[in-house]
Amino acid sequence: MSDDTVQLEVNGVPVTARKGQMIIEVTDAADAYVPRFCYHPKLSIAANCRMCLVEVENVPKPLPACATPVADGMKVQTRSGRALAAQRATMEFLLINHPLDCPICDQGGECELQDLAMGFGRDVSRYTERKRVVKDKDLGPLVSTDMTRCIHCTRCVRFGQEIAGIQELGTIGRGESTEIGTFVERSVGHELSGNIIDLCPVGALNNKPYRYRARSWEMTQHATVSGHDCAGSNLYAHAVRGRVMRAVPRPEERINETWLADRDRYSCHGLYGEDRLQEPMLRRDGEWHKVDWETALKAAAAGLKDAVGRSGPEGLGFLAHPSSTLEEFLLVEELASALGSANIDYRVHRVDFRDPDAEPTVPGIGVPIADVEGLDAILLVGSLIREEVPILAHRVRKAALAGCRVSFINPTVGEWLFPVQAEIAGGAGMVAELAAVLQSAARKRGVAVSERLADVVSGAHPGPGHDAIAASLGQESVVWLGLVAEADPARADLFAIAEELARLTGARFGQLTVGANSAGAALAGVQPHRGRGAVPRPRPGLDAGAMASEGLDGLLLLNLEPEDFPPETRPLLDDARCVVALTPFADDALLSCADVLLPTGTFLETSGTFVNCEGRWQSFSGAGRPPGEARPAWKVLRVLGNFLDQEGFDFDDTDEVRDALVSHLDGLSHGAQDRPDRILARESASPARAVGLYGVDGLVRRSEPLQAAAAASGDPEA
Amino acid sequence: MSDSFKDTTAQAAAGESPEPLTEAMLSAHAREVIDGWLTRFPDGQGRSAIIAALRVVQHENNGYLTPPLMDAVAAYLDLPKVQVYEVATFYSMFETHPVGRHHVSVCTNVSCMLRGGEAILAHLENKLGIEVGESTPDGRIFLKREEECLAACCGAPMMMVDHVYYEHLTPETVDRIIEELD
Repeated sequence: MSDDTVQLEVNGVPVTARKGQMIIEVTDAADAYVPRFCYHPKLSIAANCRMCLVEVENVPKPLPACATPVADGMKVQTRSGRALAAQRATMEFLLINHPLDCPICDQGGECELQDLAMGFGRDVSRYTERKRVVKDKDLGPLVSTDMTRCIHCTRCVRFGQEIAGIQELGTIGRGESTEIGTFVERSVGHELSGNIIDLCPVGALNNKPYRYRARSWEMTQHATVSGHDCAGSNLYAHAVRGRVMRAVPRPEERINETWLADRDRYSCHGLYGEDRLQEPMLRRDGEWHKVDWETALKAAAAGLKDAVGRSGPEGLGFLAHPSSTLEEFLLVEELASALGSANIDYRVHRVDFRDPDAEPTVPGIGVPIADVEGLDAILLVGSLIREEVPILAHRVRKAALAGCRVSFINPTVGEWLFPVQAEIAGGAGMVAELAAVLQSAARKRGVAVSERLADVVSGAHPGPGHDAIAASLGQESVVWLGLVAEADPARADLFAIAEELARLTGARFGQLTVGANSAGAALAGVQPHRGRGAVPRPRPGLDAGAMASEGLDGLLLLNLEPEDFPPETRPLLDDARCVVALTPFADDALLSCADVLLPTGTFLETSGTFVNCEGRWQSFSGAGRPPGEARPAWKVLRVLGNFLDQEGFDFDDTDEVRDALVSHLDGLSHGAQDRPDRILARESASPARAVGLYGVDGLVRRSEPLQAAAAASGDPEA
Repeated sequence: MSDSFKDTTAQAAAGESPEPLTEAMLSAHAREVIDGWLTRFPDGQGRSAIIAALRVVQHENNGYLTPPLMDAVAAYLDLPKVQVYEVATFYSMFETHPVGRHHVSVCTNVSCMLRGGEAILAHLENKLGIEVGESTPDGRIFLKREEECLAACCGAPMMMVDHVYYEHLTPETVDRIIEELD
């Protein structure tokens, strides 16, 4: 027996535990359930609900299992007469003031208090005193409150303190007057705040937009993957008769643990808005008409063919939102290839397309998400990580609290809610500041930077901040480019310098990638310079920027709206003669520039695959039915291929599409790179366009609760 | 809380103050006192100094706290505001609504009850025209609470006025004590 373990008995069964573990961890592992409210494996121990009382031999009083460390020879009874009596007594105590309004409570049917009251409560209350009533709080548009139901477990309070890093809720008052609240009325504004709904073991904190819309037992649960950022958080979508009612986290320790970002939780409330496209539509003589699928598909096929007829295949372009599924990407690429065009791209948010061959074949963060918390140093360049990838920001926060040195080089100062080693904001611009870090790193290590960056680095003047960042990087560290850098006019320079910095210091290099599936787009060949399997194309096509500057005759849009384009490239949409849009939504901006609208399903309404920023392939099936005549986009693309009389579109399901790609990946090249001799630093002429936390795609932009939350967080404190 | 006594300088619970909340709201003396307390705790344990900080700030603000003042304490100690609210609402010596400047609390626990404490309280309520928990409209007297034994049973019935004990009370001595307050 090693020194780290102790032997004890749980209900008479001998078990081995680590020293310092709490009884409840051991009983959970031994499958001996102990009821609990305040204990949560991801939060600190509070021991204030007293529900987990167990009997320990030779101890005169029952002990809270969550706060009692194991000891050698301990004999724990979780179901003995004394343990059960203690648990029953606690339950009776908790129910003294609980309203028992389960029939009108959204938590009813999925309530920890309800379940445990079934198991440990009395049939009839012995109390006749009046129950206390607590005034409701207004915590903003995302979380509803019924504070009379609160049992003061303080999970929500600890969540703010320990997970979010900003304590918004507290225990106000004392004794019978104790309330959970903010004291001064305010919204909870953190990007993970919705998790307090799942943490709340009763119905005090609930999902506000979902309030009174369905009962838990009438919904079907569909495991899926979130389509709003590159983490690929796992979630369950709950649906009634094909309509998605809400989203809840699906535990996945390697990605989102037990959490879910508000963006992933509340985006589904934008599904059924007014501008949801429910029928195919066709523009004839400037007027929009609702048409059947056959008419629309024929018109789309004819429009694309005519464009080829007029301008050749080079006059045709294909643009897809980076949050499209792998299968959608693949079929768009197939369609483009079949029509002879290599003008295909998913990088519509980008303005700087220089140096495309320098990029890795599959973009990503370069380390598994779960390993981020063990890193020694992280340098983020041009990243508002809390809004770009909230779940990854949580991992970075955990790392920072464990001693990881996190640094930022950004246009503006951010509010990170974790310790930051150095934050260089504004100053001489991101390129110059990053170059200064590179120079410092090169000097310190006595190595030369590569010739092509010599000009950029020579003019740099490292200060103490740059030196500190350079010194922190090494093994077990990463240099990441964020989405601010991605959209920056000097993206290629930032990329080259950051990659060189990583190379010199031994750090790993990575990018927070745009959308849910940039990696999938690269693999499927939705890039003008690299085809399927990210193999370089013999004859590269136009990238999204070049398409805009050269103009196109025909354009196919997948899941894109004008709002997704930076202002520089938006004229492309108006100038193209034929625009076919596969889209779940059609707002005025799209109606004004498109010619054929094909209604499709969002990621919640299609099967498909996302490849996240650590390279993990996650396939999922649809949770809801696309409304009206809308169909999953992969099916629409398949049929469009048939209407264009092309071979190779006979897939029966998305698994077949995905497997067709997998066969191409054997030859995946890992960047045999021909680099230009010299890269000329381009300073950011204009700051990158801020998409914002809740502007990343059409679904998020249509989620009223999220937009209301964004408006509420205009409060500088939020 | 009192409906009759309104303090226009501090609209408690009316939301956050429009001005930026800075530690500058705290007087030099208050900051000095808080700094003194901070030296008694390890670095980063500013939370331990909340009680002391609130005590001095409340003392300088006619005996009650306002959200802006609590926010100022939070800013000075570099803590989330809600942690200061938690302490301020938990302890009975802190008032988070405007109250009268003299705090009067009458004991009605066993010894005082047996010696007429409840009659003393009723006399005070009648005399002042307010109930326990309320303040007089002129902002002079705050009838804080019924105390649950202040360990002066040998002098029952008793009351505490601004931290000073008065024992062996009769309605007449109560009248005199109250009248002597400014």
